[in-house]
Amino acid sequence: MSPGAADDPGVETPGTRPAFSSLLEDSAEDLYESAPCGYLSTLMDGTIAKINATLLGWLGLSREEVVGRKRFSDLLTVGGRLYHETHFAPLLRMQGHLGGVALEMRTAAGPRLPVLVTSTLKRGSDGEPLLIRTTVFDATDRRVYEQELLRARRAADEAREQAEADRAQLREALAVLQRSLLPAALPDLPGVETAGYYHTASPMELGGDFYDLFPVDDTRTAFFLGDVCGKGPQAAALTSLTRYTLRAAMIQDADPVDDLSVLNRALMERYTGDDPRFCTAVAGVFERAGDTLRVRLASGGHPPALVLRSGGTAEYLRTRGGMLVGVLPTAQFTEVSTVLRPGDTLLLYTDGLTEARVGPGRRLYGYEALLAFAAARAPVGSRALVDALTGLLRDFGDGLDDDTALLAIGVPATP
Amino acid sequence: MSIRRRNNVRVTGAATGRPVVLVHGFGCDQNMWRLVEPLLAEDHPLVLFDYVGAGRSDLSAWQEDRYSSLDGYARDLVEVCEELDLRDAVVVGHSVSAMTGVLAAAAAPERIGALVMVCPSPRYIDEDGYRGGFSAEDIDELLESLESNYLGWSATMAPVIMGNPDRPELGEELTNSFCATDPDIARVFARTTFLSDSRKDLETVTVPTLILECDQDVIAPREVGAYVHAAVEGSELLTLDAVGHCPQLSAPEATASAIRAFLSSGAR
Repeated sequence: MSPGAADDPGVETPGTRPAFSSLLEDSAEDLYESAPCGYLSTLMDGTIAKINATLLGWLGLSREEVVGRKRFSDLLTVGGRLYHETHFAPLLRMQGHLGGVALEMRTAAGPRLPVLVTSTLKRGSDGEPLLIRTTVFDATDRRVYEQELLRARRAADEAREQAEADRAQLREALAVLQRSLLPAALPDLPGVETAGYYHTASPMELGGDFYDLFPVDDTRTAFFLGDVCGKGPQAAALTSLTRYTLRAAMIQDADPVDDLSVLNRALMERYTGDDPRFCTAVAGVFERAGDTLRVRLASGGHPPALVLRSGGTAEYLRTRGGMLVGVLPTAQFTEVSTVLRPGDTLLLYTDGLTEARVGPGRRLYGYEALLAFAAARAPVGSRALVDALTGLLRDFGDGLDDDTALLAIGVPATP
Repeated sequence: MSIRRRNNVRVTGAATGRPVVLVHGFGCDQNMWRLVEPLLAEDHPLVLFDYVGAGRSDLSAWQEDRYSSLDGYARDLVEVCEELDLRDAVVVGHSVSAMTGVLAAAAAPERIGALVMVCPSPRYIDEDGYRGGFSAEDIDELLESLESNYLGWSATMAPVIMGNPDRPELGEELTNSFCATDPDIARVFARTTFLSDSRKDLETVTVPTLILECDQDVIAPREVGAYVHAAVEGSELLTLDAVGHCPQLSAPEATASAIRAFLSSGAR
């Protein structure tokens, strides 16, 4: 036979190709019995009427043990039987067909056989269900794979829950630490109204702004507000050092310039070499004189304080010089003073406020806008001013990306 | 969210007559009653619903703590009865819902006047001197089977399955949707069902009660039926010539005529 003739379907006759002839020998009966999947047919009550050799082989059972003696659900594990009764059987009745259900069969030798089961209801000519035909596929490998997936998902779920719990715990710890850097409440002082506010940019990060206000003796009250460089735990450590150094210095000797110098030395001493750390701060002292407050304050590189007058004006209280605290051993600080009369309010703030981004161009909010905002509200008491600014910060939305501290000190207007 | 929407309540059947509430058990939804429904509809107003978490109920109303005890399911039943202002209704509860019916009848005696327990079991797990037919390990196996089979459930299909009240035909077409349940919800219902112990509650039953059991039921074997019969004073026990746990599907005529006979005779 020439190669050309073999390829020509015109001269090909069945039986001349070995593969085709062996296919012809495969009877439907043999295909049923030795198919690469299990077959079984059951009566409507589940009694097995027919089962193929493949499935009997998998289960290690003889035909005599099974046919007419066992029900399909008898071949399942108990859990699988429960599932069969509560899901499989009712669905099959309702739909007439059910496919790809994962069950486990019990083998005579002991081990369970994971299978995928598909069943079809065969109905008689009157529509009455006659029998159930079922195919069974060995799903051992697939089940192992699915279990791996399930295990991985459970592990991922657990890891996520743990991470969420850890995060909540960390947030709580950070909040406690953050609160420790601020006064719990400002003291009540006769004839003085004070108000403070602290905005944390991120609950997961410790802020670097701080303020405090406390009496140093019977007549005088010290206060300060500032901003340390950086964020996070290191900034918090610096904040803590700064706050307690300034507090101790001011209780000892309430002189704003001297106190900032003490802080400067403390920071220089603590943070040396290649880890310089610094802050900006305003420190001050006030004392009552009649119905007024005499205020002295000094600034170390901090944005100028703002004074709102009873007459409806606002002005910055500029301090000349005033270098960053903690940078140079010879830093010089200068003092400025003012008198707050009834209806006047002094505002200290950090640059989170003036450096917020606003508008479509995301420009800096800036000192001029703050001055205009203040002037538009003057005269205003400390609480009302801080509330108005809190509202402003809220309106900044995501334009406010830094921590912001506010401290207002005022003499209430005489009624 | 109205109770009707929440529980996918469907009222059908006769306009007048003693109302019959058909309550599905663990596994599928109110479609379980589809073959019995037409056989009872002529003489009785019928109320069908899905427990929250099943069928086309409102899944957003599902709360794990509420549905971790049978009382939560009984509350669904009572709330449906209240919503429809049912009086002296007959609660036909399948499987675990036979026990839900017991709890509901105790909670709302004016609304529920008779019980039909279809394949009930007050306790599935064997204990000293009691045979429920299962061990705790068997229940774990069932939970495994649940995890391996999502039966048409998927998060993306959920909105369709749980329904779109405007387009009910959408859900109707979905394969396996009658038994499609959020796997997390199914697990809670399975645990609640198979780990519960309602044997004490059976003593509280004071209304006429019919117990329907199947001749061969692997979930509620006949000795459990006998136990329930003995525990509920004055109850009637009828063994249906049926195999399996769902006679309302495998023997709907026998199930319906047993219910009808009970209602026309001794259910007052």
